[in-house]
Amino acid sequence: MKGLYDNEMKLEFLSKTNNEAFARIAVAAFVSQLDPTIDELSDIKTAVSEAVTNSIIHGYEEEEGIVKITAKLFGNTVEIQVSDNGKGISNIEEARKPLYTSKPNLERSGMGFTIMESFMDDIVVESVVGLGTKVTMKKKINSMEEQLENYEGA
Amino acid sequence: MIVEFNKENKSLIFRLTEDVDQHTVEKVRRKMDNEIKGYIPRKVIFDFSNISFMDSAGIGMVLGRYKLAKMLNGNLEIINVNKSMKKIFDMSGVSRIINVIEEGKNEGVI
Repeated sequence: MKGLYDNEMKLEFLSKTNNEAFARIAVAAFVSQLDPTIDELSDIKTAVSEAVTNSIIHGYEEEEGIVKITAKLFGNTVEIQVSDNGKGISNIEEARKPLYTSKPNLERSGMGFTIMESFMDDIVVESVVGLGTKVTMKKKINSMEEQLENYEGA
Repeated sequence: MIVEFNKENKSLIFRLTEDVDQHTVEKVRRKMDNEIKGYIPRKVIFDFSNISFMDSAGIGMVLGRYKLAKMLNGNLEIINVNKSMKKIFDMSGVSRIINVIEEGKNEGVI
């Protein structure tokens, strides 16, 4: 009866920085059905915020475009995809390096991808120059129940 | 953001009232710079107690003001950060140059 994934949601919004809060809160609300801890939810909100900011200020720069988010729940794992049809990244390896930024004038720290990597379990970055970028991140949610079991077993 | 200046110890306090991301940083950073240039404080204090979220935009916000405060012979301190903010400040190396104090551990700072 169950499909390939247990639940899914999609969001589309304009590439404006005032949508960053909306995007991370919407994803967090969706993930809440897996009963995450406050720390897990905070990690997810931060990772989403980083990916969405990248799409808005790097992908679309000053232009208006659409940022898309898809979130899927498989068992106790969430997969979040943030994509844009912006200018793309020519050197993904360089972009993912800690402290690398192409926008120091905006006081960007170059820590976006590093934070996504360390706050999520897995991240894949796909990009085609001139077509856009897609970031896919996964995180396993250790439900309260499981944490309690670990605690009792310790 | 609420701005307070303590004349006695010449500290300028920025009490953040909105979660920190690229959007809110763009709104407040110029105002922060103007306040720092106006008061030339001995210490700039970022108080995070009223907010629960910060992403990497907070790193640039703090470092930019730190540079300005230093240039004017002052210092900077960050107080009342939660676990997630602490992780971001540690990961980026900010806490190696700036004193970052977690929530509930700021007695005697202000």
